[in-house]
Amino acid sequence: MDILGALQASFAQLIGPSAIFYALLAIGLNLHFGYTGLLNFGQIGFALLGGYGVGIMTVTYHQPLWVGVLVGLLAAGLLAILLGIPTLRLRADYLAIATIAAAEVLRLIFRSTTSDAVTGSTNGLFGFADAFTRFSPFDSARQYSLLGVRFVGDDVWAMLVGWTLVLVLCGLVFLLTRSPWGRVLKAIREDEDAARALGKNVFVYKLQALVLGGVIGGLGGVFNALQTKSIHPDFYSTAQTFYAFGALLLGGAATVFGPVVGAMLFWFLLAIPDALLRQAIAGPDPILPLTDAQVGAMRYVLLGILIALLMIFRPQGILGNKREVQLDG
Amino acid sequence: MFAAILCAGNAAADNHTTTVSGRLVNAGQPVAGAEIRVVDTSGAEVARATSADNGRWTVEVPVGELVFEIVPESLPEGVTVQSSVTRTVTAGRTNSVVFSFGEVRTTHATPLYERVIRLTVDGLRFGLVIAVAAIGVSLIFGTTGLTNFAHGELVTLGAVFAWVFNVTMGMPLLLASVLAVIVGFGVGWLNNAGVWRPLRKRRVGLIPQLVVSIGLAISLRYLILMFFSDRQQAFADYPVSAERKWGPIAITDINLFTIAISVVVLVGVALMLQKTQIGKAMRAVSDNRDLAASSGINVERVITFVWCLGGGLAALGGVLLAMSELGGRVQWEMGFKLLLLMFAGITLGGLGTAYGALLGCIVVGLLVQLSTLFISPDLKYVGGLLILIFILIVRPQGILGSRERIG
Repeated sequence: MDILGALQASFAQLIGPSAIFYALLAIGLNLHFGYTGLLNFGQIGFALLGGYGVGIMTVTYHQPLWVGVLVGLLAAGLLAILLGIPTLRLRADYLAIATIAAAEVLRLIFRSTTSDAVTGSTNGLFGFADAFTRFSPFDSARQYSLLGVRFVGDDVWAMLVGWTLVLVLCGLVFLLTRSPWGRVLKAIREDEDAARALGKNVFVYKLQALVLGGVIGGLGGVFNALQTKSIHPDFYSTAQTFYAFGALLLGGAATVFGPVVGAMLFWFLLAIPDALLRQAIAGPDPILPLTDAQVGAMRYVLLGILIALLMIFRPQGILGNKREVQLDG
Repeated sequence: MFAAILCAGNAAADNHTTTVSGRLVNAGQPVAGAEIRVVDTSGAEVARATSADNGRWTVEVPVGELVFEIVPESLPEGVTVQSSVTRTVTAGRTNSVVFSFGEVRTTHATPLYERVIRLTVDGLRFGLVIAVAAIGVSLIFGTTGLTNFAHGELVTLGAVFAWVFNVTMGMPLLLASVLAVIVGFGVGWLNNAGVWRPLRKRRVGLIPQLVVSIGLAISLRYLILMFFSDRQQAFADYPVSAERKWGPIAITDINLFTIAISVVVLVGVALMLQKTQIGKAMRAVSDNRDLAASSGINVERVITFVWCLGGGLAALGGVLLAMSELGGRVQWEMGFKLLLLMFAGITLGGLGTAYGALLGCIVVGLLVQLSTLFISPDLKYVGGLLILIFILIVRPQGILGSRERIG
């Protein structure tokens, strides 16, 4: 069995564009879940608005790219306000149900034939990334080798921009969570009534955290749209939220680098058994009697088990502090 | 340097042509050799294409509003096209044009009141199925506080087991369904004994438990995909029956059967909650767990019972959903799709109240079906989910819920 080959294929997941996408989603979720204790199960809905903001403004309405990015991020922020105002006064699981429903509603609306003229329905939108790749110093036609893994020029450019963005956001989270504002968020997570008794407007703080995390999720959607150069509604399925959630739990909630480390390791760890299983079923005399689709499904089974086990046995993940993540419903 | 970038940008943005494609199919047969003419708004021809042997055609056209028409003489004998297609073509997306062949079908317009009645019956049926599946979620929430995101998979498992008994083992459909419900009781028991009771013993908080239920849901869903199928599978001896008509009401036997079973089961559950000892104990635990425990109720035993009942009802819901809504087919994601509607129903009715859940689910079912009067059918679940968000704004405790549950 070619374990080295499997490792090398997995290594691409460690630093590749998908790690950036999930890192961005998870940084947003970290502000919600890790620091404020909010359960946002619809993070992918924010990313959808970010991505489609770019796609719709540039393709359907012929606006420059920066308008699209701005509209996408504003839409993500607006969604957070719309969902937050009714649900943040209620118990935590109401927000969870409302956000997962909202993300699914958005996906269904954007893929509906009714909205075909604006969103391109199930075909999606593409051809809007020129304004982004135009600034690339790398050659689109060439492949670049990074530690033995090959990436095309446009992806190297996207990774450069993406990782810079991730680092900047980590810096922002670092500063925010050490500010008085961040300490109030943690106080709300630990004991909402105590924070209220100290005269803090808990609802407003929660809403601010929800909007900020949602906009970061929207930024993830913008990045993904520009990197893949296309948008498809079914990419934004609810499962994506839980990948980001899994990444956050793995890396460690309520830590600055937890979501980033988690997003890198998450697909890396899931890609190893995937690559090995694919080797086991390949060739004329396969070791295991599984089909391609079954191996594809295996990683999701592992993902679910990983989320459940982490939550039970190591809720602080790799980097976290156990005292920080004792959440109670 | 900057000017160069700008010029390059303009050149790229100057992309004024795009590809339009389609496939000509008449009554299942590809139409080869047909000529497609593309005309702009001034009536001038801008492009022409001919369909290949498999009926496919593609044409490069300028972006903007265009009319696509088939040259009638180029069509084979006896094939007529209904009309030309006007389409605004844009760059950056897939543009496809569909032509319809044959005579223009004049649909026999059903009067509005008949459609409303038909959709109401449909909605009632769908709502009852949601309710059967969702009672378990509501009772489990009431007795343990857990919002079980893995309940949708219990629904799917019910339908999948019925399919396995029916198709793989060759049992008659009715027997297979009954066995599937019995297995569902077992699955519910296993859920509680294998996962949730140990977690309660470890004193894992409710929010971590909720996240665990998500992990469990994802694992179960993809295990079903792996070992069942990634496609829809039909039951072996599913009876296809004509609609019976009573005045304006038309309904198939299987849907009538679905409604009857749902009503009987729901009334049975209600009677059990009201009259039997275990039902009273369940309500007592929902109301105040500590008080119930101190007055001699074995809380763990009640919770075990609730899980078994919830699992069995979810399996029954899955079987009914496959029979009625999916027309005798089973699909690996069916339960997950229903889960959000179940949440909508029980939130609307009031989280943790059994009767509220029933009422809320029926309202959601009606709403989903009746919304197709106004919106396209591929958006019909959206109405149900939007009502969920709306309810959280105006009356978060739901129709029958009490205020102190929500804070």
